[in-house]
Amino acid sequence: MSGVVDQARNAETFLADTVHEERLDKLLWAMRLRRDAAARQVPEWEELRTLASEIKEHTLSNLSQYLIQFEARATANGMIVHWARDAHEHNQIVYDILAEQGANSLVKSKSMLTEECELRPFLERRGVRVTETDLGERIQQLDDQPPGHIVGPAIHKTTQDVATLFSQKYGSDPRNLDAAYLAGVMRENTRPDILNAPAGMTGANFVVAETGAIVVATNEGNADLSAHTPPLHICSVGIEKIIPTTESLAVFIRLLTRSATGDKITQYTSMFRGPRKGAVMHVILVDNGRSSRLGMKRFWHSLKCIRCAACMNTCPVYRRSGGLSYGSTYMGPIGIIMMPTFEIRKYSELPFASTLNGSCTNVCPVKIDIHEQIYGWREVMEENGQIQVVKKEAMRVADEVLSHPTLYRIATTALSTALEVLPHFAVYNRLNSWAKHRDVPEAATETFHEWYRNNRLHTNEEVRRG
Amino acid sequence: MNSTQALSRNTILDSVRANQPATQPMPTIPHFHTNQPADLVTTFCESIARMAGVVVTDLLNEDVPDLDSFLRAKFPDAKVFCSAIPEYAGTIKPASLNHWSEASTIDICILRSPMGVAETGSILLSDIELQVNTIAFLAHDLVVLLDPKQIVENIHDAYEHPYFKLRPYSVLMTGPSGSGDISGITVHPAQGVKTLTVILFPAQHAGQRSG
Repeated sequence: MSGVVDQARNAETFLADTVHEERLDKLLWAMRLRRDAAARQVPEWEELRTLASEIKEHTLSNLSQYLIQFEARATANGMIVHWARDAHEHNQIVYDILAEQGANSLVKSKSMLTEECELRPFLERRGVRVTETDLGERIQQLDDQPPGHIVGPAIHKTTQDVATLFSQKYGSDPRNLDAAYLAGVMRENTRPDILNAPAGMTGANFVVAETGAIVVATNEGNADLSAHTPPLHICSVGIEKIIPTTESLAVFIRLLTRSATGDKITQYTSMFRGPRKGAVMHVILVDNGRSSRLGMKRFWHSLKCIRCAACMNTCPVYRRSGGLSYGSTYMGPIGIIMMPTFEIRKYSELPFASTLNGSCTNVCPVKIDIHEQIYGWREVMEENGQIQVVKKEAMRVADEVLSHPTLYRIATTALSTALEVLPHFAVYNRLNSWAKHRDVPEAATETFHEWYRNNRLHTNEEVRRG
Repeated sequence: MNSTQALSRNTILDSVRANQPATQPMPTIPHFHTNQPADLVTTFCESIARMAGVVVTDLLNEDVPDLDSFLRAKFPDAKVFCSAIPEYAGTIKPASLNHWSEASTIDICILRSPMGVAETGSILLSDIELQVNTIAFLAHDLVVLLDPKQIVENIHDAYEHPYFKLRPYSVLMTGPSGSGDISGITVHPAQGVKTLTVILFPAQHAGQRSG
């Protein structure tokens, strides 16, 4: 099937090298544990999650009004507000602003929206040199790869990978594997670009309607560097990033970093309410399919996402296959439910890259029903005939078996027998790439039905007879 | 707004109006003061230490602290001391900078923050204190005076500060810049300041000194 992203096949490349796979798995699981520890320290954690979900649902259900309010406030603060229906229009607006200022280079901080719009290649084709200022994003830019994780774009790379890459691109010592040294190499090489850049660009974590404010959270300080060192700041914002008030911002700031890395807050949590002295600030409000998704009864909740990546860190499939295997801007559980709204056919296989264990839903700080939406997308793919023959057959069999209790009992008994006798390769086949090296839970020696028949059935029947 | 922009704006807003779900209520947001820590200063110090920020409490009991001696002892190699506070002269003032990128020539900048946050160990800075905003990320090291009485309990309290509704730029800064982007190992600095030192020092002392 040409054009359809085959996540399982892509994962093969990542899994071929056990060093990267095992490392990523451990690293992301450690992040998940740090997130758990941070959440446990906040007694009102669950209340905050509920509030965050309710605030987002309130805002999204009144989105047109909040967008207009933001536009009015931001304009009053001195920003120039633009509207982009799609990725191309967004990119053209950015290019036109740069061209008007005669800017042929741009420093930018990490923005998943600009990845979604494929802004960098658009600008580079038109002669604009773009320098990413986020360390991970810059590593990926130098390696000509998209981000593999929405918070740590190069998290799948080892220190050796980065040392080798920097030695090729910057002439640094390929044998020095000290992360602090490598971060220093990046700092020294990027700083001249930042100091001399005619234009800077950021995304936004949150946009406050009440005050016309853009809120950006970084650990590196690179969003602030990109926004305020040059005399021109362009900020791209997805329309779903809006929240009503500064008061509501507090709820999200308390949840965001704890969910992402286990820290309480990022080093720089910055608010831009207008251009700095002597500068110009543009904000581009981007739709690119978001307003259509808002109308999808079953799937609009995915617009609540605050891009913390907790669902990715907890997902056994993501941890085992790496972000690049999804072949998409957004990856992991949240990517699975967002990408089909952009291109249903291309991403028709993604909803199957999940065990439906529900862990993603449990850690989501804004309570998106992620695993239920993944299941929902499987049904949509089935209804629309978007599923590969193999998966379709598997689903048909499952459907048949689940609808006939006797068959189900025979099948489950057969499974436990199979796990005992089948060779390893039969369980860990190519269609199940991400499951390699993961132990399938030991099958129970008897199924529930067998246990019930042996232990309870007679007793219950005796009780009934009695 | 040109006609293309007006069309895009209307198309997006029409589509949003057509698709947005039935209105759902805005919840009431509590400040969660029930978990108030016994000592805000201690909590602040613990929180910022986790983010590699340094807190100095030695000067708390001095009537007129000798900032110059303190800074020169702490940063023996520094040459350019930028002072954004009245009670310390420094070698330059923010107003001396000719260009916003020139903040990168500052070794040490000393400022006063109007608020600390115990929950996270953050300090607040805005375009008022910084004067040249790039100081918050281009200067090598930041030294920030903070009155312990101006430490609030949590982020809900912090966002009540009027700066967030009034200032063009404000930042909650929590430790020096850092990154975990290489193999998940947290390192300092990243792109922003190399160190952040918070000196706890009552505001009225500064007033006496400058007065």
